[in-house]
Amino acid sequence: MNHETMMQVENLKVHFDVSSEGDMLWTKRKKLQAVNGVSFELKSGETLGIVGESGCGKSTLARAIISMVPAETGRVLWFGKDLLALNKTEMRKHRKEIQMIFQDPLASLNPRMTIGEIIAEPLKTHYPKTSKADIKARVGDVMNKVGLLENLINRYPHEFSGGQCQRIGIARALILKPKLIICDEPVSALDVSIQAQVINLLMDLQKEMGLTLIFIAHDLSIVKHISTKIMVLYMGNIVELAKSEDIYNHPRHPYTQALISAVPIPDPKIEKNKDLILIEGDLPSPINPPSGCVFRTRCKKAQDICSQEKPELKKAASSHEVACHFND
Amino acid sequence: MSLLEVNNLQVQFETTDGIVSAVNNVSFSLEEGKILAIVGESGSGKSQTVFAMMGLLDQNGHATGSVKFEDQEILNLSISELNLIRSEKIAIIFQDPMTSLNPYMKVSAQMAEVLIHHKGLSKTDAIKQSISMLDAVQIPDARNLIRMYPHEFSGGMRQRVMIAMSLLCHPKLLIADEPTTALDVTVQAQIMHLLSDIQKEFGTSIILITHDLGVVAGNSDETLVMYGGQVMEIATTELIYASPTHPYTQGLMSAVPRLDDNAVKLKTIQGNPPDAMLDPVGCPFSPRCKFSKDICSTHTPELLETGENKHFRACHVAFKELL
Amino acid sequence: MIVANKNKIKDMAENLSDSGPGRSLWKDARMRFMQNKAATLSLFVLLVIVAFSFIGSHFAVWSYERIDWNAVGSAAKVGMPSIETGHYFGTDDLGRDIYSRVIQGTQISLMVGILGATVAVVVGTLYGATSGYLGGRTDQIMMRIVDILMSIPYMFVLILLLVVFGRSIIMLFVGIGLLSWLDMSRIVRGQTLNLKNKEFIEAAQAIGVSDYKIIMRHIVPNLLGIVAVYATLLVPGIILAESFISFLGLGVQEPLTSWGALIKEGSNTIMYDTEWQLLFPLAFFVVSLFCFYFIGDGLRDALDPKGR
Repeated sequence: MNHETMMQVENLKVHFDVSSEGDMLWTKRKKLQAVNGVSFELKSGETLGIVGESGCGKSTLARAIISMVPAETGRVLWFGKDLLALNKTEMRKHRKEIQMIFQDPLASLNPRMTIGEIIAEPLKTHYPKTSKADIKARVGDVMNKVGLLENLINRYPHEFSGGQCQRIGIARALILKPKLIICDEPVSALDVSIQAQVINLLMDLQKEMGLTLIFIAHDLSIVKHISTKIMVLYMGNIVELAKSEDIYNHPRHPYTQALISAVPIPDPKIEKNKDLILIEGDLPSPINPPSGCVFRTRCKKAQDICSQEKPELKKAASSHEVACHFND
Repeated sequence: MSLLEVNNLQVQFETTDGIVSAVNNVSFSLEEGKILAIVGESGSGKSQTVFAMMGLLDQNGHATGSVKFEDQEILNLSISELNLIRSEKIAIIFQDPMTSLNPYMKVSAQMAEVLIHHKGLSKTDAIKQSISMLDAVQIPDARNLIRMYPHEFSGGMRQRVMIAMSLLCHPKLLIADEPTTALDVTVQAQIMHLLSDIQKEFGTSIILITHDLGVVAGNSDETLVMYGGQVMEIATTELIYASPTHPYTQGLMSAVPRLDDNAVKLKTIQGNPPDAMLDPVGCPFSPRCKFSKDICSTHTPELLETGENKHFRACHVAFKELL
Repeated sequence: MIVANKNKIKDMAENLSDSGPGRSLWKDARMRFMQNKAATLSLFVLLVIVAFSFIGSHFAVWSYERIDWNAVGSAAKVGMPSIETGHYFGTDDLGRDIYSRVIQGTQISLMVGILGATVAVVVGTLYGATSGYLGGRTDQIMMRIVDILMSIPYMFVLILLLVVFGRSIIMLFVGIGLLSWLDMSRIVRGQTLNLKNKEFIEAAQAIGVSDYKIIMRHIVPNLLGIVAVYATLLVPGIILAESFISFLGLGVQEPLTSWGALIKEGSNTIMYDTEWQLLFPLAFFVVSLFCFYFIGDGLRDALDPKGR
């Protein structure tokens, strides 16, 4: 596997306009900075895990990369070409190279379409001239790959369990043989025993087809299991970016440390004797984020400098980047 | 004497497509001041078990068996009798606190109402006690925040309010149905920490219903594993994690990715969840079980004690054969 | 929880063994509809009425415009319903056969109702789905247009149109069709806003499906449930509107007739002991309306999205 750079994201910013009570038409809308200057690099064959708590902007980041949410500023270089500068038609051509898997397996499938139609849709969209026999063969092929029986092709989504629906979603993402798949919380709606099946399937497929994955989840144990590199997001900012072992073994940012300590380990001996690092308080309002470092309001290490200056994402060790004034 | 004793609890639902058995022959007991975790996947019957105990089943549901709370039979009591027990002795908190908080009433009014109604306190006393209870669940600035509406709190705070409310009458038993599933891990850690503090401070027994094996490990004394409406295994939490004796428990434990583990591949349980429509013949796990024998699909295994202290399992296959 | 999932689990178990075609949501709905006795019966009765309006004329002795000179002026004595004279439902004051006229009126009324509803459904669905899906400024403008049209009194405009451009069926269609899609488009827009946030729409966008195809393939089919229910309720509404207009004497032109026109004539002569002139058309009118409402009700229950 060659590790060429596949995607380079530079200073990506996304904001939403929020309306509040008493707003008039002419009132200037408040801004919610969902993604605030994120930069990273993705090499082919890698799995980049994105973790963070609800509202940290992880899903928005993924959608901004593929222009499903308009970005304010920044560049997304896809093999050197800026995706954000493309118009709708040009972008559509690149969509076949980047596919997506969604959180709610049943809701991500159109209830009025058969499994066969759902899986074939990307093919029909990008190669409308494909013959019927060809489509059927490709669909059957990809269904086999994700562990679905080919004879279920005329069934409807509601006839399947959550795990099977997620396999259908994966099949749909695979049929065009994409280079990158963005998985947005693909297993968080599934039962534990089904979760493992889907994760193993994704990892096997990645190996077999040489896929690159962006894997978004709030469950750090799953992200660590599947990813080679992990990005920790807090209120739209990257606080730490490193290899997955390094994140777990040597977390440098106070937030990452607390996050890791909060993840329960299914072993009473470890769990009951653990020194829990509790984060005090609640997430600050995203409309009115703290000045300087966004985590400072809940950070034990916080000093004056944290409220005055926003810490940059800096290299702390080889391929380990942290955004904290006090990383040693 | 145990605080709670459940014997042969059976829950059935009448539907247009026939009768569905949600819970079959569930028996367990809970000592005072202990935390029992009920673990299972969706459709395992873990929530229906406690709903039946509390008389919270849907209209078409029907429970048989026996549930004794402080030696009093509480299964299928009349609504008025149940209400008394539910408000003063057993409290329940749900995954989504908004389902049990009235969005149009201030938190202060809702909390005071409970105390005025059940303890006959005056309004000022009731508010005073409510504030001290909010303090106890570590809500900062409770004196002011109590005057807010439920939707003005964040998810974690709301769950704290709910816990505070359920503790107002100092219940003997607190049932927590997936209390942290909707919350972030860091908030989950806070809430679980709070629950164990409460258990220590008030001596409340807790039944913790969850699908998260990690949460169970750190926060329970005993663990009950359910699958397809039946109890698969019961033991002290330490024992069940150290040496799970049921194939399902074993499968479940190895299917969870662990943060402190570098396994390259997860072990999976093949197949899909069971069909609640089919009459439970034999062991519900047998279609997915690696060790399944002929007898497994014809006879339901009984919950028997294995050699060790208070370790029960329901499996036809001897423990030795599983290794 | 279990109860909700039960059907799914059951189907799943079946799936793994057999490989026939799947059970679509439509098939499910049809089964539930068939279990609703009132709705099934109504559908049957309605089909009988429709069939009657086509076949019935073959059994007629008199055509709808031919005048029985015997009965002219003495309908109360001669023109009563009878099999011998061939006037099964009797005659009107001009000696015309009510049986034939009811058949003719049924055709016109049903045609106005069904065609009008179809126009409203097609226009309303496409307009509402487009407006809801595109959102933003486009949505604002499109919905304001609907608001403005809605603020114009419906009956008033219709009457004005008929007076200014003359009474004709075409004009009636134009008038009714022009205005009855407004409600439809609002309902559809609301549903579309709901659907738009579903993950399968997002999935289609991520795949790169064009907006037009997303609307046609993903949004419209999922709207059909609510549209079908609303359409069955729209048909009687339009029939009523047409009847009202005809009752005012502005509807279809003689010798053509409709339920409303027949009821009007019948009610004018009720004091001369010719109650059959009113009762036969009224019976058809009432029974059909009941049928449409029951069918709409049954459809709503059958397509109820609960449990999905």
